[in-house]
Amino acid sequence: MLMVTLRRILRSGFLNFWRNAFISSTSILVMVVTLCFIGSLMFLSAILATSLDGIRGQVDLWVTFVSDAPEEEIMSIKDRLESMPEISQVTYTSREGVLKEFVERHRDDQIILQTLDELGDNPLGASLTIQAHDPAHYEDIAELLEEDMLLGTGSGIIDRVNFRDNQLAIERLTKLINSLERFGLIITVALAFVSVLITFNTIRLTIYTSREEIAVMRLVGASTEYIRGPFVVSGIIYGAISGIIALALFYPITFWIGDLTENFFIGLNVFDYYLENFLQIMLLIIISGIFIGGISSYLAVKRYLRV
Amino acid sequence: MIYFDEVSKVYSDNSVALESVTLSIEPNEFVSIIGSSGAGKTTLLKMLLAEESPTTGSVLLESRNVHELRGEEINLLRRKIGVIFQNFRLLPHKTVYENVSFAMEVAGKSDEDIYSDVPYALDLVGLDKKKWNFPNELSGGEQQRAAIARAIVNQPEILVADEPTGNLDPANTYDIVQILKKINDLDTTVILATHNTGVIDSLRKRVVTIEGGRVIKDEK
Repeated sequence: MLMVTLRRILRSGFLNFWRNAFISSTSILVMVVTLCFIGSLMFLSAILATSLDGIRGQVDLWVTFVSDAPEEEIMSIKDRLESMPEISQVTYTSREGVLKEFVERHRDDQIILQTLDELGDNPLGASLTIQAHDPAHYEDIAELLEEDMLLGTGSGIIDRVNFRDNQLAIERLTKLINSLERFGLIITVALAFVSVLITFNTIRLTIYTSREEIAVMRLVGASTEYIRGPFVVSGIIYGAISGIIALALFYPITFWIGDLTENFFIGLNVFDYYLENFLQIMLLIIISGIFIGGISSYLAVKRYLRV
Repeated sequence: MIYFDEVSKVYSDNSVALESVTLSIEPNEFVSIIGSSGAGKTTLLKMLLAEESPTTGSVLLESRNVHELRGEEINLLRRKIGVIFQNFRLLPHKTVYENVSFAMEVAGKSDEDIYSDVPYALDLVGLDKKKWNFPNELSGGEQQRAAIARAIVNQPEILVADEPTGNLDPANTYDIVQILKKINDLDTTVILATHNTGVIDSLRKRVVTIEGGRVIKDEK
């Protein structure tokens, strides 16, 4: 009997959806807007995350060594740093490399280049550029290296850790990144909530038009599940169709703005992101649609069941 | 047996819809309840369907207090009572056939029963040729017949008709009354509420007159 009831509820839900074509299309339209909005928030958070990663990648810690520091000792410090979980990358630049960069940077300053020529020997030491996973870790890493300098465990070869020079900038950037992430999350949740609320109200209005029908069903002795079931089925169909439409709309939209986002933000092409993460995006959009449609219908019918 | 025991209904604005109504209706009886608009006829019928609760008194159906029923018990009660209304109240997005079969579906009847009983009920009210039409494609008389088919398809013990001819012309009114008589002849209790005394005269059955929420006459 359960299967028969389920079949009848499904059939009735499909028929309601089909026969109330105007109301169905209105609900779908509003839901497409909501789901596009939820999808856009997903793209925005991806853009934000990539941009923040990009900014993080541009913050680094720079250690210069004395000019006569033996390369193998520098390498042992490099190995030690690389083994630390907070550190994502350590790049070694040899004395020659540092000199080359220095000359390149000051190629228009004849006085500096002349002084360098007069010195004859390369006065610059090798350097290590350190990147941490989180900018908040730079202070700890710098402190560790400075301890090495003071205690001489780094064999006194470290000339300078440039964190102190950039400390303020790094701290501000860390705070900014953390605030942006938190703000982004709050905005995403708030906007998603508002759009879900709008959809809920639209579905509530469509069910309001059926209130008389619900009352009649009640009076012929229909159970709550038997009345509610077809509305929930219709809501799920609204959600699934809206999800498919929203997904289809994202293809041309992301294609169109893909290059723009790649140039404007740090390297994320939303079209590539859409194609690469299609399965996750599809699941998120369609499941959100089904969930919003089903739950909204379930809750909206409740009000008219009290007959 | 249906028994209204000292039933009163006072709404929150202190308007009195029913006042100490005591009335018993035997099985298979045909009872007409007459009275002007606002006399309390519809309120009385709503009490029987547990659509309204009495302020004082009780409504008993087969010795059970209707207003002590909860949840699924109310659904079971309503499946025993067929109802027809003045404005037909058909489900607008279902065909005539689906409107009638809906009542059987909610009662948990099998597909086989539905296939055999729905055409029979539609045939009984003379609507077998319009079974695939939607309500808005039918005349008022046809819509009321569809509503009657829906009300009787589960072979209810009681049929409640609240002003069923209120929106119909004399010819359709006569047809509907004849159908109600036929249903009563098939051993169903019929309670007919109307303000049209012309309908009652032709029946020669029990007539209860209500005015101002009180029973003022009961002629058997």
